[in-house]
Order: sequence, then C-alpha cells, then structure tokens
Amino acid sequence: MPLLNKGELRALLERELPGALDRAKPTNPYGAAEATHHLEVVDTASDTMGDTSPPPATSEAAAERQAEVVDKEEPSVPPLSDDDAVVRAERILDVALFLRDQFGYNFLSRVTPVDYPAYGIIEVVYHFYRIEGGPGQVVRVRVPRDNAVIPSITPIWPGANLEERVCYDLFGVHFPGHPYHKRIYMWDEFEGHPMRKDFEKIGDSYYHFKWKGEGGEE
Amino acid sequence: MLKTEELQINIGPQHPSTHGVFRLMATVDGETVVHLEPVFGYLHRNHEQLGEIWTYLQTITITDRLDYFNSMINEHGYCMTVEKLAGIEVPERAEYIRVIMSELSRILNHAAALGFWLQDMGSWGTTLMFGFRQREMIMDIFESVGGSRMMCNYMRFGGAARDITPNIVEQIQLFLEGFPQFIDDFERLMMDNEILLARSRNVGVLPKELAASYSVSGPVIRASGIPYDIRKAEPYSIYDRFTFDIPVGTVGDVYDRFLVRMEEMRQSHRILQQALEQLPQASGSYINQAYKAASKQQGLRPPAGEAYCRVESPKGELGYYIVSNGGNTAYRYGIRAPSLINLTALNDMCRGYKVADIVVILGSIDIVMGEVDR
Repeated sequence: MPLLNKGELRALLERELPGALDRAKPTNPYGAAEATHHLEVVDTASDTMGDTSPPPATSEAAAERQAEVVDKEEPSVPPLSDDDAVVRAERILDVALFLRDQFGYNFLSRVTPVDYPAYGIIEVVYHFYRIEGGPGQVVRVRVPRDNAVIPSITPIWPGANLEERVCYDLFGVHFPGHPYHKRIYMWDEFEGHPMRKDFEKIGDSYYHFKWKGEGGEE
Repeated sequence: MLKTEELQINIGPQHPSTHGVFRLMATVDGETVVHLEPVFGYLHRNHEQLGEIWTYLQTITITDRLDYFNSMINEHGYCMTVEKLAGIEVPERAEYIRVIMSELSRILNHAAALGFWLQDMGSWGTTLMFGFRQREMIMDIFESVGGSRMMCNYMRFGGAARDITPNIVEQIQLFLEGFPQFIDDFERLMMDNEILLARSRNVGVLPKELAASYSVSGPVIRASGIPYDIRKAEPYSIYDRFTFDIPVGTVGDVYDRFLVRMEEMRQSHRILQQALEQLPQASGSYINQAYKAASKQQGLRPPAGEAYCRVESPKGELGYYIVSNGGNTAYRYGIRAPSLINLTALNDMCRGYKVADIVVILGSIDIVMGEVDR
C-alpha cells in the first residue's frame, strides 16, 4: 500500500470522500493583538501596575499579584495548523476507515484534544501510524466548545476507548456511541472539565467534597 | 454446565498486587471472569495541566514521575519533542549518552517487572531480589550521572546535564560484563519454575488481530506476534546505527510476554556494548554548547507550533504532544501513556479465565500507576 506524503491526505480526501473536509476557518474574534482568553486578567493587571502604592503586605495578595504578572506575560494563542486534513466531526469514522483500509494506517497512536477558547473551538487531533513503520498521518476535528460532539470511533478502533474517556472527562468532548461513556479520572459527581482553559483553578488548596447521592448526609 | 448467578466483586484499590492504587470491578460467574472494568483516577494529579503551568525546563522533573521505573526514557522523549519544536540540534556524543541511559533503563525496568510478576504468582522474594540486585547496580550508575537514583532529572534540551566520566564508563562496563551471567541465571531460575509454567502458559491470550486494533504496544503487542518497535518502525535518536533484533512471541499469552522481555534485555545489552564501543569516536560535546547556560534552558521559548514524538519505553509507545504558543510554558502538553492504553485490552485478556489469573495477566502488562493516572 502506498505511503502518503505530508499534505497528500488533504487532496486525496477531497477527491475520494467529498464533503468530509471541514472548510470552515475558525477566526479569532478578538483579533491578533488581543488574542488571549486572559483578557480580563490583563486589564486588572494593568490597573494594579498603574498603582504606585507599596505592594500589599500579606503573602496571599503578593501571590495574587505575582500570578497576574505571569498572566500578563502570556503571549497570544498559537495559530491553527493548516497543512493537515481537517475533517467534519460526523465524517471522522469514514476518514479513519479510509486511512486504514486503503492506506494501511492501522495503528491509532493518540487522540489529543486541545482547547482554543480564543477561537471558540476544541480541536481533537488523531495520530494514525502504520504497524510496519514509517511516518504517520494527522487528522483533526474542530468542534465548537459549547457543543463539542464527535461520533465515537471506539466501536471500530477499540484502542481509542480510554483516550476518548479522557477527552470527555478533562475536556468535555462528548462521544456518542462510546460503550462506556463515563468519567475516567475525576469522580462521577464532579462538575466541569478541568483541562479547559477557562476552568477556575483553585491552586494548592483542598476543598470539601459533599456527597449528593442518595443516603448521603448532605 | 450449571448456570450460576453472576456476582460483582471489587479487586482493589488497596491490593498488593495491583502495582499501585487501582481498582478492578470484576463480574464473575463462579470462579470465571465474565467482565472486567478497570477504575482509574486514584493517583490522578492532572500531570498534563502541570506541564502547562510550569516552564519547559521544570516539566522535565515531572516527566520522571510519570513512569518512575524508567525516568530516563521519559525525559528522553520529552526533550526530543521540545527540541523538535525549538529546532535544537543534539551533538553526537549526547545522543550516545542518551541511548546508553535509555537502554540501561530498559534493563532496569524489565528486571524489576519480571521479579514483581513472579512475586504476584506466589513465588515470594527470591526472583524479585535477583532482579533488584541488578537494578541496584544500574541505579548506582544513574546516581553517578544524575545525582538521584529514581528521579534522575538528567536530560536537558540539547543533550544531558553532565558528561559521563571515564569512571562511569568503567562502572557501566563492569555491569555489562556481569550481565550475561545474570540473565542466564535469571532465565534458568524462572523458566524452570513450576509456579510460572503452570500459571502462565495459555493464560491471557491476546490474538494478533486484536492486538493491533487495541493500539497496545511494547512487549504486549510483540508477544502477540507483531514486530512493532518504534526503534525500528520510526528510528529516533541514533538507533539506526545499532544492530539488534526485535523478539516476537507466537501465542500471545502471558508466558510469551515473559520470554519477549527476557530477550529484550539481551538485545539492550547488545546495543549497550555497541554504544560503549562507539562512544569515544563520537563528535561533539555532551550538550549543545549554545544551550548549555542555565538561562538558555530556563528561558526557552520555542516558536509557535506543535510537535509529536514517540519513543519506545519498556512499557510500550510513549508519545509527547506539545503545542507551543511562543511562551515559556507549553500551551498544551499531552502524553500518550503506554500503560494506560495497554489496559484497554485487559478485559478481553481476562475474560474466560479464573479470578486468580487476573493478577498474573495484569502483572504481564506491566503497568505503573504514575503513568496510567497521570
């Protein structure tokens, strides 16, 4: 079976699987200069920077100030990559099977979600390789953050089982069709998805977890 | 056959043989396993997010904590990914040092894993101590080069933290001289062990076809008869310079995984011998001189972009996916943990076998919870 060169898959999908490629180009609504989700934080930081009074004495406030400075230095979000095949979420199974059956990419190495709040999307990156060796192929799926749904490829590629559960647990991407669609690392009652960029970080502190299930005291 | 009622039992989280805090929800029919559902997360500390908060240099220290049996290979994979991202060249000598440390880690990991595995079966102590004696010698080498036994923190972007001195080379040579005797003793001790033969042959079979679709890697996929090894499939570092073989199994059972690991240690020994021979001729320094200064390491800011690199860890295919936004911390830091993905096949491996076999099969996958739960 022929080995695909980088970028070749895109042209091939256009020809063989019409409608599979995702042509929508997510744009950054804030523009290039302010392309950061830390927009509010930056504002408060600049406010405090203008303040000439001595820094607060409490270590807590100092830590807060430190955190703000670090946030302020945060550069813009990385640009979205264009050279790989970006496919529509509902066609991911077709593309994966196409890669496996026509070109022998029979080893799914990784399913990685990346959160881009500035573009309003979550990008899920699939890395396919060949068991015989050689370089791999990258397939991307871009879904909106507030409605992140991708059909599960676990029924065809069982190797994606735990990876998709990690995606769901930490990033909130839903995979209809998954045989065991549950949280994997966090407990079932946990709310939110901690790896999203806008998830509130509580730092190095503990908080009390109250059981909401039946039979609990609270 | 008499139909009996199915029962659900929990194995773990506190169980000496689960190699960490790990729970298995087993549905059993009598003594036979019908379904097995692993429950994760008892050791979860959101490692990937730590990698987004800490700088690139600081993150090297936490890659050690992923799979704490082979910290050197974790660091190797991570540094490779960042070097690819930032376009840092690695001198030849540094590559040799990295390969030597990686292969030593592989021997260390397999020696300990096989010892633990036989202990899981009920052969208490002796084999484990045989493996541990050799592991101690390697750890002494790691302590000499890195200053720490397990959490070595030895690799840097563009090479390694320190050069290996003639003293350390001598230490490694001494270890290599004693190794053939050790591996023969170890193999005889295990191969003729009645406990091992009775409990491992034709147990936990993973057929060839299933192994590929489950994305398992490392000794598990090779025992199923697929010669998939990143060192050959997509050679990284300088692995294309050495001659070594990939051992494969024929049946895909627990016994095959043991044989594959045994042979892999011998092959690592071969690579180490070649690497030590070629080391004096290697050009360059132990680190890229342009990145030697601590400020260069600490203030590293790779250009915006992404990189995915895979290395062959003793557990399987270890991959790092890093997205950079041009800052001094990663925008996204993702890990393909071989221990986690190999566990996908656990349910299929255990179905139909006895409850007592679960622990043996789990031991043959060789998981480390630091990597599974991250």
